[in-house]
Amino acid sequence: MLIASTLDDALAAVAAGARPIAGGSDLVVGARHGKAPLPASLVAIDRIAELQTVTETADGGLVLGAGVSHHVIETHPVITGHFSGLADASALVGSPSTRHVGTIGGNVMNGSPAMDTGAPLVVLGATVELRSTTGTRTVSIGDLWTGPGRTAAAPDELCVAVHLPAPPPRSGSAYVRLEYRRAMEIAVVGAAAAVTLDADGDVASISVALSAVAPTILAVSGLTGLAGRSVADVAAAAAEAAAEQARPISDLRASDRYRRHTVGVMARRAVEAAARRAAGETIAVPVNRALGIGAVAATPGAPS
Amino acid sequence: MSQSLDRDLVLTVNGIAYPVSVDHGRNLLSVLRTEVGLTGTKEGCDDCECGACMVLLDGQPVNSCSYLAAQAVGREITTVEGMVRDGELHPIQRNLLEEGGVQCGFCTPGMIMSATALLARTPDPTDEDIRIGLSGNLCRCTGYAKIIAAVRRTAADLRGE
Repeated sequence: MLIASTLDDALAAVAAGARPIAGGSDLVVGARHGKAPLPASLVAIDRIAELQTVTETADGGLVLGAGVSHHVIETHPVITGHFSGLADASALVGSPSTRHVGTIGGNVMNGSPAMDTGAPLVVLGATVELRSTTGTRTVSIGDLWTGPGRTAAAPDELCVAVHLPAPPPRSGSAYVRLEYRRAMEIAVVGAAAAVTLDADGDVASISVALSAVAPTILAVSGLTGLAGRSVADVAAAAAEAAAEQARPISDLRASDRYRRHTVGVMARRAVEAAARRAAGETIAVPVNRALGIGAVAATPGAPS
Repeated sequence: MSQSLDRDLVLTVNGIAYPVSVDHGRNLLSVLRTEVGLTGTKEGCDDCECGACMVLLDGQPVNSCSYLAAQAVGREITTVEGMVRDGELHPIQRNLLEEGGVQCGFCTPGMIMSATALLARTPDPTDEDIRIGLSGNLCRCTGYAKIIAAVRRTAADLRGE
Protein backbone atom coordinates (compact mmCIF):
# COMPACT_ATOMS: atom_id res chain seq x y z
CA MET A 1 0.00 0.00 0.00
CA LEU A 2 1.10 3.51 -0.80
CA ILE A 3 0.17 6.17 1.74
CA ALA A 4 0.11 9.23 -0.52
CA SER A 5 0.94 12.63 0.91
CA THR A 6 0.51 14.52 -2.36
CA LEU A 7 -2.14 14.45 -5.06
CA ASP A 8 0.50 13.90 -7.76
CA ASP A 9 1.73 10.76 -6.00
CA ALA A 10 -1.86 9.53 -5.67
CA LEU A 11 -2.67 10.21 -9.34
CA ALA A 12 0.49 8.38 -10.45
CA ALA A 13 -0.49 5.38 -8.33
CA VAL A 14 -4.06 5.38 -9.68
CA ALA A 15 -2.70 5.61 -13.25
CA ALA A 16 -0.55 2.55 -12.47
CA GLY A 17 -3.66 0.62 -11.43
CA ALA A 18 -3.94 1.23 -7.67
CA ARG A 19 -7.41 1.63 -6.20
CA PRO A 20 -7.88 4.74 -4.04
CA ILE A 21 -8.97 4.21 -0.44
CA ALA A 22 -9.94 6.88 2.10
CA GLY A 23 -11.80 5.52 5.13
CA GLY A 24 -12.45 2.14 3.51
CA SER A 25 -16.03 2.03 4.79
CA ASP A 26 -17.30 0.70 1.45
CA LEU A 27 -14.17 -1.05 0.13
CA VAL A 28 -13.11 -2.92 3.28
CA VAL A 29 -16.62 -3.82 4.43
CA GLY A 30 -17.41 -5.05 0.90
CA ALA A 31 -14.24 -7.15 0.78
CA ARG A 32 -14.90 -8.70 4.19
CA HIS A 33 -18.35 -9.73 3.00
CA GLY A 34 -17.12 -11.25 -0.23
CA LYS A 35 -18.73 -8.58 -2.43
CA ALA A 36 -15.41 -7.93 -4.18
CA PRO A 37 -11.91 -8.90 -3.07
CA LEU A 38 -9.74 -6.13 -1.69
CA PRO A 39 -7.72 -4.80 -4.66
CA ALA A 40 -4.10 -6.02 -4.69
CA SER A 41 -2.81 -2.49 -5.08
CA LEU A 42 -4.15 0.32 -2.91
CA VAL A 43 -3.28 3.98 -2.51
CA ALA A 44 -4.43 5.68 0.69
CA ILE A 45 -5.62 9.20 -0.09
CA ASP A 46 -6.77 10.23 3.38
CA ARG A 47 -3.61 12.20 4.23
CA ILE A 48 -3.56 14.51 1.21
CA ALA A 49 -4.11 17.97 2.66
CA GLU A 50 -5.65 19.53 -0.46
CA LEU A 51 -8.40 16.88 -0.55
CA GLN A 52 -9.50 17.80 3.00
CA THR A 53 -10.44 21.43 2.45
CA VAL A 54 -13.80 23.19 2.29
CA THR A 55 -13.37 26.38 0.24
CA GLU A 56 -15.91 29.15 -0.26
CA THR A 57 -15.66 30.70 -3.71
CA ALA A 58 -15.88 34.47 -4.29
CA ASP A 59 -19.42 34.18 -5.71
CA GLY A 60 -20.80 32.18 -2.77
CA GLY A 61 -20.25 28.69 -4.12
CA LEU A 62 -18.40 25.91 -2.35
CA VAL A 63 -15.63 23.47 -3.25
CA LEU A 64 -15.52 20.33 -1.13
CA GLY A 65 -12.30 18.34 -1.36
CA ALA A 66 -13.10 14.69 -2.07
CA GLY A 67 -11.66 13.70 1.31
CA VAL A 68 -13.99 15.92 3.34
CA SER A 69 -15.77 13.69 5.85
CA HIS A 70 -19.47 13.47 6.61
CA HIS A 71 -18.61 14.73 10.10
CA VAL A 72 -17.15 17.93 8.67
CA ILE A 73 -20.15 18.37 6.37
CA GLU A 74 -22.74 17.88 9.12
CA THR A 75 -21.01 20.44 11.40
CA HIS A 76 -19.62 23.05 8.97
CA PRO A 77 -21.58 26.30 9.52
CA VAL A 78 -21.56 27.32 5.84
CA ILE A 79 -22.85 23.91 4.76
CA THR A 80 -25.50 23.60 7.47
CA GLY A 81 -26.54 27.20 6.75
CA HIS A 82 -26.52 27.46 2.96
CA PHE A 83 -26.29 23.89 1.63
CA SER A 84 -28.50 22.39 4.34
CA GLY A 85 -29.81 19.48 2.27
CA LEU A 86 -26.31 18.09 1.97
CA ALA A 87 -25.72 18.49 5.72
CA ASP A 88 -29.07 16.72 6.37
CA ALA A 89 -27.78 13.77 4.36
CA SER A 90 -24.29 13.51 5.86
CA ALA A 91 -25.76 13.73 9.37
CA LEU A 92 -27.80 10.57 8.68
CA VAL A 93 -24.93 8.43 7.39
CA GLY A 94 -24.04 5.44 9.60
CA SER A 95 -22.78 6.32 13.08
CA PRO A 96 -20.25 8.85 14.42
CA SER A 97 -17.39 6.52 13.42
CA THR A 98 -18.77 6.07 9.88
CA ARG A 99 -19.13 9.83 9.57
CA HIS A 100 -15.51 10.37 10.64
CA VAL A 101 -13.99 7.93 8.12
CA GLY A 102 -16.57 8.26 5.32
CA THR A 103 -15.93 10.98 2.72
CA ILE A 104 -17.99 12.87 0.16
CA GLY A 105 -15.71 11.64 -2.64
CA GLY A 106 -16.07 8.05 -1.53
CA ASN A 107 -19.84 8.33 -1.22
CA VAL A 108 -20.17 9.84 -4.71
CA MET A 109 -17.77 7.45 -6.44
CA ASN A 110 -19.18 4.33 -4.75
CA GLY A 111 -22.35 5.13 -6.70
CA SER A 112 -24.89 3.36 -4.52
CA PRO A 113 -28.46 4.17 -5.59
CA ALA A 114 -29.31 4.40 -1.88
CA MET A 115 -26.52 6.87 -1.04
CA ASP A 116 -27.72 9.75 1.11
CA THR A 117 -25.60 12.61 -0.28
CA GLY A 118 -26.52 11.94 -3.92
CA ALA A 119 -30.03 13.42 -4.05
CA PRO A 120 -29.06 16.69 -2.32
CA LEU A 121 -26.02 17.05 -4.58
CA VAL A 122 -28.32 16.71 -7.61
CA VAL A 123 -30.78 19.39 -6.44
CA LEU A 124 -27.92 21.70 -5.45
CA GLY A 125 -26.52 21.44 -9.00
CA ALA A 126 -23.18 19.84 -8.04
CA THR A 127 -20.39 19.04 -10.46
CA VAL A 128 -17.60 16.56 -9.78
CA GLU A 129 -13.97 17.28 -10.59
CA LEU A 130 -12.16 14.22 -11.98
CA ARG A 131 -8.40 14.35 -12.36
CA SER A 132 -5.78 12.07 -13.89
CA THR A 133 -2.09 12.46 -14.64
CA THR A 134 -3.11 13.82 -18.06
CA GLY A 135 -5.77 16.37 -17.14
CA THR A 136 -8.85 17.51 -15.29
CA ARG A 137 -12.50 17.53 -16.31
CA THR A 138 -15.74 18.33 -14.57
CA VAL A 139 -18.85 16.22 -14.88
CA SER A 140 -22.34 17.18 -13.81
CA ILE A 141 -23.32 14.95 -10.90
CA GLY A 142 -26.33 13.61 -12.80
CA ASP A 143 -24.05 12.41 -15.60
CA LEU A 144 -21.57 10.75 -13.26
CA TRP A 145 -23.62 7.71 -12.26
CA THR A 146 -24.17 5.21 -15.04
CA GLY A 147 -25.65 2.36 -12.97
CA PRO A 148 -25.53 0.86 -9.48
CA GLY A 149 -21.90 1.14 -8.35
CA ARG A 150 -20.81 2.44 -11.76
CA THR A 151 -19.60 5.89 -12.79
CA ALA A 152 -18.47 7.68 -15.94
CA ALA A 153 -14.96 8.09 -14.48
CA ALA A 154 -12.12 6.42 -16.37
CA PRO A 155 -10.01 3.92 -14.42
CA ASP A 156 -7.15 6.43 -14.12
CA GLU A 157 -9.36 9.27 -12.90
CA LEU A 158 -9.61 10.26 -9.25
CA CYS A 159 -12.47 12.35 -7.89
CA VAL A 160 -10.67 15.30 -6.29
CA ALA A 161 -13.52 17.68 -5.49
CA VAL A 162 -17.25 18.32 -5.53
CA HIS A 163 -18.26 21.83 -6.63
CA LEU A 164 -21.51 23.46 -5.50
CA PRO A 165 -22.74 26.68 -7.15
CA ALA A 166 -23.94 29.55 -4.98
CA PRO A 167 -27.53 28.99 -3.90
CA PRO A 168 -29.90 31.72 -5.19
CA PRO A 169 -31.32 34.30 -2.74
CA ARG A 170 -34.50 33.14 -0.95
CA SER A 171 -33.64 29.49 -1.55
CA GLY A 172 -33.38 26.49 0.73
CA SER A 173 -32.75 22.77 0.49
CA ALA A 174 -33.54 19.67 2.52
CA TYR A 175 -33.06 15.90 2.43
CA VAL A 176 -35.41 13.51 4.20
CA ARG A 177 -35.10 9.76 4.45
CA LEU A 178 -37.44 6.95 5.32
CA GLU A 179 -35.64 4.74 7.81
CA TYR A 180 -36.57 1.94 10.20
CA ARG A 181 -34.00 2.86 12.86
CA ARG A 182 -32.15 6.01 13.78
CA ALA A 183 -28.53 4.91 13.20
CA MET A 184 -26.49 2.55 11.03
CA GLU A 185 -29.33 2.71 8.53
CA ILE A 186 -29.47 2.72 4.74
CA ALA A 187 -32.25 4.72 3.08
CA VAL A 188 -35.43 2.73 2.46
CA VAL A 189 -36.19 5.70 0.20
CA GLY A 190 -35.06 9.33 0.36
CA ALA A 191 -35.84 12.64 -1.28
CA ALA A 192 -34.06 15.98 -1.58
CA ALA A 193 -35.56 19.28 -2.65
CA ALA A 194 -34.21 22.73 -3.45
CA VAL A 195 -36.78 25.52 -3.48
CA THR A 196 -36.48 29.20 -4.39
CA LEU A 197 -39.33 31.49 -3.34
CA ASP A 198 -40.53 34.63 -5.11
CA ALA A 199 -41.39 37.90 -3.38
CA ASP A 200 -44.95 36.68 -2.68
CA GLY A 201 -43.73 33.50 -0.96
CA ASP A 202 -44.75 31.32 -3.89
CA VAL A 203 -42.36 28.93 -5.58
CA ALA A 204 -40.03 30.51 -8.16
CA SER A 205 -38.09 27.31 -8.86
CA ILE A 206 -38.13 23.72 -7.63
CA SER A 207 -35.85 20.75 -8.00
CA VAL A 208 -36.38 17.27 -6.51
CA ALA A 209 -34.21 14.12 -6.58
CA LEU A 210 -34.80 10.67 -5.11
CA SER A 211 -32.68 7.95 -3.45
CA ALA A 212 -33.19 4.18 -3.53
CA VAL A 213 -35.99 4.10 -6.14
CA ALA A 214 -33.98 3.56 -9.36
CA PRO A 215 -30.61 2.13 -10.49
CA THR A 216 -29.09 5.58 -9.83
CA ILE A 217 -30.16 8.72 -7.96
CA LEU A 218 -33.23 9.94 -9.88
CA ALA A 219 -33.85 13.60 -10.76
CA VAL A 220 -37.60 14.21 -10.94
CA SER A 221 -38.49 15.80 -14.29
CA GLY A 222 -41.38 17.99 -15.40
CA LEU A 223 -41.45 20.32 -12.39
CA THR A 224 -40.54 23.57 -14.18
CA GLY A 225 -44.19 24.30 -15.01
CA LEU A 226 -44.93 24.61 -11.28
CA ALA A 227 -43.25 28.04 -10.95
CA GLY A 228 -45.57 30.68 -9.53
CA ARG A 229 -47.74 28.24 -7.55
CA SER A 230 -47.99 27.95 -3.78
CA VAL A 231 -45.64 25.80 -1.71
CA ALA A 232 -48.51 23.47 -0.80
CA ASP A 233 -49.49 22.98 -4.45
CA VAL A 234 -45.89 22.40 -5.51
CA ALA A 235 -45.26 19.94 -2.66
CA ALA A 236 -48.33 17.92 -3.67
CA ALA A 237 -47.41 17.96 -7.36
CA ALA A 238 -43.78 17.01 -6.62
CA ALA A 239 -44.98 14.10 -4.47
CA GLU A 240 -47.18 12.84 -7.27
CA ALA A 241 -44.40 13.18 -9.86
CA ALA A 242 -41.90 11.43 -7.56
CA ALA A 243 -44.18 8.43 -7.02
CA GLU A 244 -44.98 8.27 -10.72
CA GLN A 245 -41.37 8.46 -11.94
CA ALA A 246 -39.86 6.12 -9.31
CA ARG A 247 -38.72 2.74 -10.63
CA PRO A 248 -38.17 0.90 -7.35
CA ILE A 249 -37.26 -2.71 -6.76
CA SER A 250 -38.50 -5.02 -4.02
CA ASP A 251 -35.82 -6.23 -1.63
CA LEU A 252 -35.42 -7.14 2.02
CA ARG A 253 -35.93 -3.55 3.14
CA ALA A 254 -39.16 -2.75 1.27
CA SER A 255 -41.49 -3.77 -1.54
CA ASP A 256 -41.61 -1.76 -4.76
CA ARG A 257 -45.19 -0.62 -3.96
CA TYR A 258 -44.20 0.61 -0.52
CA ARG A 259 -41.19 2.47 -1.91
CA ARG A 260 -43.28 4.09 -4.65
CA HIS A 261 -45.82 5.35 -2.13
CA THR A 262 -43.36 6.50 0.54
CA VAL A 263 -40.98 8.28 -1.84
CA GLY A 264 -43.86 10.59 -2.69
CA VAL A 265 -44.36 11.30 1.01
CA MET A 266 -40.64 12.00 1.44
CA ALA A 267 -40.66 14.30 -1.60
CA ARG A 268 -43.55 16.32 -0.18
CA ARG A 269 -41.80 16.66 3.19
CA ALA A 270 -38.51 17.62 1.51
CA VAL A 271 -40.23 20.37 -0.50
CA GLU A 272 -42.03 21.68 2.60
CA ALA A 273 -38.83 21.74 4.67
CA ALA A 274 -36.78 23.33 1.87
CA ALA A 275 -39.45 26.02 1.44
CA ARG A 276 -39.44 26.81 5.17
CA ARG A 277 -35.67 27.20 5.04
CA ALA A 278 -36.00 29.34 1.90
CA ALA A 279 -38.37 31.60 3.85
CA GLY A 280 -35.65 32.11 6.45
CA GLU A 281 -36.66 29.59 9.09
CA THR A 282 -33.82 27.70 10.78
CA ILE A 283 -34.53 23.96 10.88
CA ALA A 284 -31.69 22.11 12.60
CA VAL A 285 -29.71 19.49 10.67
CA PRO A 286 -30.80 16.79 10.05
CA VAL A 287 -34.40 17.58 9.11
CA ASN A 288 -35.27 13.96 9.94
CA ARG A 289 -34.57 14.58 13.63
CA ALA A 290 -35.82 18.17 13.81
CA LEU A 291 -39.21 17.32 12.28
CA GLY A 292 -39.59 13.79 13.65
CA ILE A 293 -39.41 12.21 10.19
CA GLY A 294 -38.31 8.59 10.04
CA ALA A 295 -37.56 6.46 13.06
CA VAL A 296 -38.59 8.17 16.29
CA ALA A 297 -36.58 8.24 19.49
CA ALA A 298 -37.44 5.87 22.29
CA THR A 299 -39.01 7.60 25.28
CA PRO A 300 -36.11 8.50 27.59
CA GLY A 301 -35.89 5.97 30.38
CA ALA A 302 -38.21 3.49 28.70
CA PRO A 303 -36.95 -0.02 27.95
CA SER A 304 -35.64 -0.17 24.38
CA MET B 1 6.51 12.31 1.95
CA SER B 2 4.40 9.50 0.57
CA GLN B 3 5.22 6.16 2.16
CA SER B 4 5.25 2.81 0.40
CA LEU B 5 4.45 0.12 2.95
CA ASP B 6 5.43 -3.52 2.82
CA ARG B 7 4.47 -6.13 5.42
CA ASP B 8 6.48 -4.50 8.20
CA LEU B 9 4.51 -1.80 9.97
CA VAL B 10 4.85 0.06 13.23
CA LEU B 11 1.58 0.78 15.03
CA THR B 12 1.43 3.19 17.96
CA VAL B 13 -1.09 1.83 20.45
CA ASN B 14 -1.75 3.61 23.75
CA GLY B 15 1.53 5.49 23.30
CA ILE B 16 3.66 2.39 22.72
CA ALA B 17 5.20 1.54 19.32
CA TYR B 18 4.53 -2.06 18.22
CA PRO B 19 6.36 -3.45 15.16
CA VAL B 20 4.19 -5.99 13.33
CA SER B 21 4.47 -7.94 10.09
CA VAL B 22 1.12 -8.39 8.33
CA ASP B 23 -0.53 -8.59 4.90
CA HIS B 24 -1.77 -5.24 3.63
CA GLY B 25 -5.38 -6.42 3.71
CA ARG B 26 -5.40 -7.19 7.44
CA ASN B 27 -7.92 -5.24 9.46
CA LEU B 28 -6.80 -3.26 12.47
CA LEU B 29 -8.94 -5.32 14.86
CA SER B 30 -7.24 -8.62 14.07
CA VAL B 31 -3.78 -7.05 14.25
CA LEU B 32 -4.53 -5.49 17.63
CA ARG B 33 -5.85 -8.78 19.02
CA THR B 34 -3.45 -11.32 17.53
CA GLU B 35 -0.22 -9.43 16.73
CA VAL B 36 -0.15 -6.65 19.32
CA GLY B 37 -1.81 -8.93 21.88
CA LEU B 38 -4.39 -6.48 23.22
CA THR B 39 -7.68 -8.38 23.38
CA GLY B 40 -9.81 -5.74 25.11
CA THR B 41 -11.15 -4.67 21.69
CA LYS B 42 -13.84 -7.16 20.64
CA GLU B 43 -15.08 -8.61 17.38
CA GLY B 44 -18.87 -8.65 17.21
CA CYS B 45 -20.52 -8.36 13.81
CA ASP B 46 -17.40 -7.72 11.66
CA ASP B 47 -19.65 -5.43 9.60
CA CYS B 48 -19.47 -1.94 11.15
CA GLU B 49 -22.86 -2.48 12.76
CA CYS B 50 -22.24 -3.28 16.43
CA GLY B 51 -19.34 -1.10 17.58
CA ALA B 52 -17.69 -3.76 19.79
CA CYS B 53 -14.46 -3.14 17.85
CA MET B 54 -14.45 0.65 18.36
CA VAL B 55 -11.02 2.23 18.92
CA LEU B 56 -9.85 5.82 18.71
CA LEU B 57 -7.62 6.92 15.85
CA ASP B 58 -6.10 10.32 16.62
CA GLY B 59 -8.99 10.72 19.05
CA GLN B 60 -11.80 9.90 16.61
CA PRO B 61 -13.91 6.74 16.84
CA VAL B 62 -13.22 4.09 14.19
CA ASN B 63 -14.65 0.59 13.68
CA SER B 64 -11.39 -1.35 13.72
CA CYS B 65 -13.02 -4.40 12.08
CA SER B 66 -13.37 -2.50 8.85
CA TYR B 67 -10.25 -0.34 8.90
CA LEU B 68 -6.97 -1.50 7.41
CA ALA B 69 -4.10 -1.76 9.88
CA ALA B 70 -1.72 -0.22 7.33
CA GLN B 71 -3.81 2.96 7.25
CA ALA B 72 -3.24 3.42 10.99
CA VAL B 73 0.54 3.76 10.57
CA GLY B 74 1.70 7.10 11.98
CA ARG B 75 -1.56 7.66 13.84
CA GLU B 76 -2.23 7.35 17.57
CA ILE B 77 -4.42 4.33 18.29
CA THR B 78 -6.20 4.21 21.64
CA THR B 79 -7.83 1.03 22.91
CA VAL B 80 -9.67 0.29 26.14
CA GLU B 81 -6.36 -0.86 27.67
CA GLY B 82 -5.14 2.72 27.32
CA MET B 83 -7.89 4.14 29.52
CA VAL B 84 -6.46 3.03 32.87
CA ARG B 85 -3.96 5.53 34.32
CA ASP B 86 -1.59 4.59 37.16
CA GLY B 87 -3.71 1.58 38.00
CA GLU B 88 -6.85 3.72 38.39
CA LEU B 89 -9.93 3.16 36.26
CA HIS B 90 -10.94 6.08 34.06
CA PRO B 91 -14.11 7.78 35.34
CA ILE B 92 -16.15 6.32 32.43
CA GLN B 93 -15.04 2.82 33.45
CA ARG B 94 -15.79 3.41 37.14
CA ASN B 95 -19.17 4.98 36.38
CA LEU B 96 -20.21 2.15 34.05
CA LEU B 97 -19.58 -0.26 36.92
CA GLU B 98 -21.26 1.88 39.58
CA GLU B 99 -24.33 2.68 37.45
CA GLY B 100 -24.81 -0.96 36.42
CA GLY B 101 -23.98 -0.19 32.79
CA VAL B 102 -22.07 -3.48 32.40
CA GLN B 103 -23.73 -6.87 32.25
CA CYS B 104 -22.07 -9.38 29.91
CA GLY B 105 -19.44 -6.73 29.16
CA PHE B 106 -18.84 -7.56 25.52
CA CYS B 107 -19.96 -4.14 24.23
CA THR B 108 -18.29 -2.25 27.09
CA PRO B 109 -14.85 -1.55 25.52
CA GLY B 110 -16.51 -0.10 22.41
CA MET B 111 -18.97 1.93 24.49
CA ILE B 112 -16.03 3.35 26.47
CA MET B 113 -14.22 4.45 23.31
CA SER B 114 -17.30 6.06 21.75
CA ALA B 115 -18.14 7.81 25.03
CA THR B 116 -14.56 9.08 25.32
CA ALA B 117 -14.66 10.58 21.81
CA LEU B 118 -18.05 12.14 22.53
CA LEU B 119 -16.98 13.75 25.82
CA ALA B 120 -13.77 15.10 24.25
CA ARG B 121 -15.78 17.13 21.73
CA THR B 122 -18.96 17.67 23.80
CA PRO B 123 -18.05 18.10 27.49
CA ASP B 124 -21.65 18.92 28.52
CA PRO B 125 -23.80 16.61 26.37
CA THR B 126 -27.58 16.41 26.39
CA ASP B 127 -29.11 12.93 26.58
CA GLU B 128 -29.76 13.24 22.83
CA ASP B 129 -26.06 14.01 22.25
CA ILE B 130 -25.17 10.88 24.27
CA ARG B 131 -27.61 8.75 22.27
CA ILE B 132 -26.13 10.01 19.00
CA GLY B 133 -22.57 9.58 20.31
CA LEU B 134 -23.29 5.94 21.21
CA SER B 135 -25.47 5.25 18.15
CA GLY B 136 -22.81 3.04 16.55
CA ASN B 137 -22.66 0.73 19.59
CA LEU B 138 -25.13 -2.07 20.30
CA CYS B 139 -25.75 -3.50 23.78
CA ARG B 140 -27.98 -6.57 24.11
CA CYS B 141 -28.09 -6.64 27.92
CA THR B 142 -28.58 -3.34 29.64
CA GLY B 143 -31.29 -1.56 27.67
CA TYR B 144 -28.90 1.42 27.41
CA ALA B 145 -30.45 3.56 30.15
CA LYS B 146 -27.70 2.77 32.65
CA ILE B 147 -24.97 3.29 30.05
CA ILE B 148 -26.41 6.72 29.25
CA ALA B 149 -26.55 7.49 32.98
CA ALA B 150 -22.89 6.51 33.31
CA VAL B 151 -21.87 8.80 30.45
CA ARG B 152 -23.92 11.66 31.93
CA ARG B 153 -22.23 11.18 35.31
CA THR B 154 -18.79 10.96 33.70
CA ALA B 155 -19.36 14.23 31.88
CA ALA B 156 -20.12 15.89 35.22
CA ASP B 157 -17.06 14.24 36.85
CA LEU B 158 -14.76 15.40 34.06
CA ARG B 159 -16.14 18.94 34.32
CA GLY B 160 -15.25 18.80 38.02
CA GLU B 161 -18.84 18.99 39.27
